[in-house]
Amino acid sequence: MMKINKRKGKDYAWAYAMVGPTILGLIILNIYPLLKSFYLSFTKSNGFGISKWVGLANYERLAADPAVYQATLNTMIYTVVSVAAGVFLSLVVAVLLNEKIRGKGIYRTIYFLPVVSAPAAIAMVWRWLYNADAGLFNYVLSVFGISGVHWLTDPKTALMAIVIVGVWSMIGYNMVILLAGLQEIPRTYYEAAELDGAGPIRKFFSITLPMISPTLFFVVVTTIIGSLQVFDFIFMMIEPSNTAMQYTQSLVYLFYKHSFMMGDRSYGAAIVMVLLVITLIITAIQMKLQKKWVHYD
Amino acid sequence: MGCSKNKAWVVHCLLIAGALTMLIPFLWMIITSLKTLMESTMIPPTLIPSTCQWSNYADVWNSLPFAAFYANTFGMIFFRILGSVFFSATAAYAFARIEFPGRDFLFGIVLVTMMIPGQLFLIPQYDIVAKLGMLNTMFALVMPGIVSAFGTFLLRQFFLSIPKELEEAAILDGCSRWQVFWKIMLPLTRSGLIALGIFTALFAWKDLMWPLIANTSLEEMPLASGLASLQGQYSTNFPQLMAGSMIAIWPMLLLFVIFQKHFIEGISGTGSKS
Repeated sequence: MMKINKRKGKDYAWAYAMVGPTILGLIILNIYPLLKSFYLSFTKSNGFGISKWVGLANYERLAADPAVYQATLNTMIYTVVSVAAGVFLSLVVAVLLNEKIRGKGIYRTIYFLPVVSAPAAIAMVWRWLYNADAGLFNYVLSVFGISGVHWLTDPKTALMAIVIVGVWSMIGYNMVILLAGLQEIPRTYYEAAELDGAGPIRKFFSITLPMISPTLFFVVVTTIIGSLQVFDFIFMMIEPSNTAMQYTQSLVYLFYKHSFMMGDRSYGAAIVMVLLVITLIITAIQMKLQKKWVHYD
Repeated sequence: MGCSKNKAWVVHCLLIAGALTMLIPFLWMIITSLKTLMESTMIPPTLIPSTCQWSNYADVWNSLPFAAFYANTFGMIFFRILGSVFFSATAAYAFARIEFPGRDFLFGIVLVTMMIPGQLFLIPQYDIVAKLGMLNTMFALVMPGIVSAFGTFLLRQFFLSIPKELEEAAILDGCSRWQVFWKIMLPLTRSGLIALGIFTALFAWKDLMWPLIANTSLEEMPLASGLASLQGQYSTNFPQLMAGSMIAIWPMLLLFVIFQKHFIEGISGTGSKS
C-alpha cells in the first residue's frame, strides 16, 4: 500500500512537471490574452497606454458602424463560397486520385505546391495575373472579345477574385486529407456493389459519401474556421485606397486596421469579439449537424 | 477493358486540367521574373522572355536583406519546432497516460485554446513582447509558437493509440516515468512528432500578421513580411516582385519535394486522428 502511494505521488509530480510548460505557456500566451482582449473591448485607450473603462461604448459604436456590417457580410460570403467550392473541388480531385491510375505522386505534388508557398508570394503572382492592363487573365479574355475586367478594383468582382485565390491555395491540403479517408474504404464494398449492378454515381452516393463523412466533416469544419479568419490575401492584394476595399475587407482585416494601423486597440478588440461569437455559434451548429449527417461506424 | 481504358483517359484529362490550373501561376511567376519591365507589360504577352534578365534576381536580392529574411525564417521555424514538439510531447504523454488531480480541467484549457481564433491573442501578446523590450528580435518571432495546444491534442491521440501493456511491463521492470516516456513511448510516436514538426513549420512559414506587427524593422523580418515590404517598395514592378517571390518560396518548395512523404503522411493523419 505504501509503495503504491509513493508511486502515485511520484506520478503526480511527473505529470505536473510534464504538462507544466505547456499549461503555463498557454495561460500566458493564450488565456490571459483572451481575457485581456475581452477587457480591452470595454475600455478606451488615450494613446499613452492608459486606458479607461467605457462600458459598452465600443460595442455601441460597432453596432452603428456600417463597415462592421459590410465586413461581416464579406467574411460570410467569402466563407460560404470558398468552403463550398473548395471542399467540392478537393473532393473531386481526391476521388479522381483514388482511381487506379499512373502518375498519382506527380499529380499530388503539383496540387500541393500552393500549400507550401508563402501567402505573400501567392498573393503577388495572382495580383499580377489579375492586373487590369497587362495581366494574363485579361489578355486571354481579350482573345474572346471581353476586355478590361478590373478584377481587384471593381467592387463586383474583387471579393470573388480573392475567393478564387483562397480556393486555389487550399485544394491540395484538403485533397490529401480526403484522399487518406477514401483509401480507408475497403475495396470489397465497391466490389459487392458492382455485383449488385451499381454504377459509379450510385456507388459514390451509397458508399463513398457515407463512408467518408467523418473526414469530410473534419475538412468542412477546419476550412470554415480558416476561412472566417481570411486576412493575408486581402492585405496583400487590395490596397487601402482601393475603392473595392470596403467590399472585400474581412472582420480580421478590419481588426488589423483599427488595432495596428489606426492604433485604436479597444475598438479592434471589440471587432475581434464579433469573430469569436460567430466562430462559437458556427461551432455549436456544427456539433448539432454532425449527429445528423456524419456516419461514424 | 475498353471501357476502363476510356475511364482512365477521362480521369487523366480532368487531373491534367486541374494540375495546369495549379501550375500556371508558378510558371507565370518564373517567366515574368526573367523579363524586363518593358517586356512584362507587352500585349500579347510573350511566353518566353526574349533575353533572360537574371539581373532582376540580383537587384531584388540587393535591395532588401534577403539573407536576414532567410535566417529569421529558419531560426523561427527551428526554435518553434524545438519548443512545441518537446513541450507538446511531454504534456500529451501526461494527459494520455497519467491520472492526476486536475487533469480534465487542465486539458480543458488546451481544448478551449484550440477553439479560439488566434487574432484574439495578438494585442496582448504584442504588449507582453513590448513590455519585455523584445520587439524586433528572434524571441518575438518564436514566442507565440513555443507551446502548442494543437500539438498537445494531436500527440495525445498518438499516445492513446499505443497499447498500455508496453509501458506497464517497463514500469514493473523499475523504469521511471521519464524513462518510459523518453525511451519507449517517444520513439513509438515518431510519425506524430514528425507530423507536428511539419505543421509547426508550415504555420510559422505562412503566418503573416504576427511578424507584420512584432518585427517592423527590415533586418528582423521573416520572408513572409519581408515580401510584403518588397511589394510596398516595388508596387507594380512585377518582374522584380516575381523574382523576389521566387527567392522566397524555393527553399520551402525544395524541402517539400525532398520530404514529401512526411508532409503527406503527417497531414493525412489528422483527418482520422482528430
